[in-house]
Amino acid sequence: MIRYLVRRIVHLAALLAAVSALSFSLVSLSPIDPVDAYIGADVMKVGPEQRAKIAARWGLDKPPLERFTTWAANLVRGDFGISAIYNEPVLTVIGKRFAMSLWLMALAWVFSGLFGFVLGVVAGAFEGGLFDRAVRFYAYLLAGTPTFWLGLLLLLIFSVALRLTPVCCAFPPGVTPEEATVWQRLWHLALPAATLSIVGVSAVILHTRQKMIQALRSDYALFARAQGEDTMGVVRHHALRNVVLPAVTLQFATLGELFGGSILAEQVFSYPGLGQATVEAGLRGDVPLLLGIVLVSAVFVFTGNTVADLLYRVIDPRIGWKGAA
Amino acid sequence: MLTVTDLSIRFERYDRGLTRTVLTPVHHLDLDIGPGEIVAVIGASGSGKSLLAHAVLGILPDNCRVDGEIRFKGDPLTPARQKALRGREMVLVPQSVGFLNPLKNVGAQVRRAAILGGAAGRDAPGITDAAFARYGLAPAVQALFPFQVSGGMARRVLTATATVGRADLIVADEPTTGLDQEAAQQSMAFLRSLADEGRSVMVISHDLSAVVPVADRVAVFLSGTTVEGAPAGSFNGQPEALRHPYSRDMWRALPGHGFDPGPDRAAGPTWSEGEADGCPYVRRCARADAACADTFPPKRHFGRDFVRCRHA
Repeated sequence: MIRYLVRRIVHLAALLAAVSALSFSLVSLSPIDPVDAYIGADVMKVGPEQRAKIAARWGLDKPPLERFTTWAANLVRGDFGISAIYNEPVLTVIGKRFAMSLWLMALAWVFSGLFGFVLGVVAGAFEGGLFDRAVRFYAYLLAGTPTFWLGLLLLLIFSVALRLTPVCCAFPPGVTPEEATVWQRLWHLALPAATLSIVGVSAVILHTRQKMIQALRSDYALFARAQGEDTMGVVRHHALRNVVLPAVTLQFATLGELFGGSILAEQVFSYPGLGQATVEAGLRGDVPLLLGIVLVSAVFVFTGNTVADLLYRVIDPRIGWKGAA
Repeated sequence: MLTVTDLSIRFERYDRGLTRTVLTPVHHLDLDIGPGEIVAVIGASGSGKSLLAHAVLGILPDNCRVDGEIRFKGDPLTPARQKALRGREMVLVPQSVGFLNPLKNVGAQVRRAAILGGAAGRDAPGITDAAFARYGLAPAVQALFPFQVSGGMARRVLTATATVGRADLIVADEPTTGLDQEAAQQSMAFLRSLADEGRSVMVISHDLSAVVPVADRVAVFLSGTTVEGAPAGSFNGQPEALRHPYSRDMWRALPGHGFDPGPDRAAGPTWSEGEADGCPYVRRCARADAACADTFPPKRHFGRDFVRCRHA
């Protein structure tokens, strides 16, 4: 157990080092000039000396390798730097934005997990039936649906045509985050969360369904039938336990996809979460913020995978702590 | 207790496009088991013996057709009756722990078998404890998962699942496979004592030497059919006590009887898919003639014994 944790921590450190180096290289190669992006519309009013001053203040006059080592050294001390576009420490920006995104992702994660699992179990238990065919059609259709397109569609139907849900943002206009009630927040979350859930559900459905079919064709299901168990009994007493494991693992392992999906959904709904901040940071050349988000999301996805790995050991007695990689 | 008459099992399979292939892994099968009797169905591995067990319990896959008659306690076993009786009056003892749920401890699985066998929920733990004690399993074994029990222990657990109800027919599929001699003998002894309580036991096996000393009767299974029904004692005497050439060749192949591998193996497999017409042993039989290749041998009775051979 302790050896396992130590090994995971070493893995995480190696992962973060690789991710930082790679994203820093990519950002350095980006055609966006941070100074231009910062100045924006005032580009005509700013002379070359002023530009040089801004560049010098941000350290952009130094070679990339030196910038990277300076940034990395600060990072090790816990200093993620200052976000250029928000003029706040990177960790503060990420903290605020992450709290917003967490609501969205948690709702989408729970709903897609629950619905996907239930639909997958029932479809698999009645393989080939009408319900199974309907669910499969739905899952394949959604597997090929782009998140942003579905978001726009929902927006058109529920916000524009039916006027049931707000068109954008996390709170009603003119209300500060501190004043917003839980209901107001949930009301604004409804469509983005629905978009993410509807798209995220298909992977869980298809995996769960397949595992269910396998479980019902297994030798232990045959023996259970010989003992007088009917299909519902086999599902309840035998298959479910064997199916829940891959579903839970999948749900944790797809945190990365959920994160990616939330970027698109937040753009469509102008939801001020981490995803939107990522797009802003990228478009406006805010290197410290972008790298900070990349690192935090790497930790987030890594944690998801580790939890999945740990759950395997809890649910499946055949997997012990020895030889854990 | 159980009478199987002219049973056949057909699978329909669609190959590329609409070419339909019909497989008949079991045909012209006859078998009868009286109360308190162990009848061993002996035949080569992979010859479809397990299908017989599944047909009796009614747990064959949906794409197969069963013809012929199976009677249990005098009445025909219809699918509805099979559904009502399996787990209660007739039970399966499977081959290996592979048939237990890998994620549930064995105690819980035996308790579930007890409830399905007709016990009330609150009685199940007591019945399970008694069954574990009967087979010399420590109470702690109940908490183990299937992957944690040894081969011999697994046999006891699987046998225990069959005894928690009040089943009168026990179908044991390969009860000695993968066990050392001592464990195999014990596994058979468990079945013997169940038969001695008045239950009927069908043992499906390829392991003649382990099964014959304990069984009452033997049904010789070849290529999906029973070619001979004889008392188990016939395998202890001279080969002439057996009527079918295949049974005699099997007798000669036993370690104590000369260890003769039998007719030339180069003759090919004893069975192939399209060969339902002639005698299944025609290609290896020393006494085969033209008629054997063309017509399926009729069944001839000698009291309870029977044989399917034109020359016997």
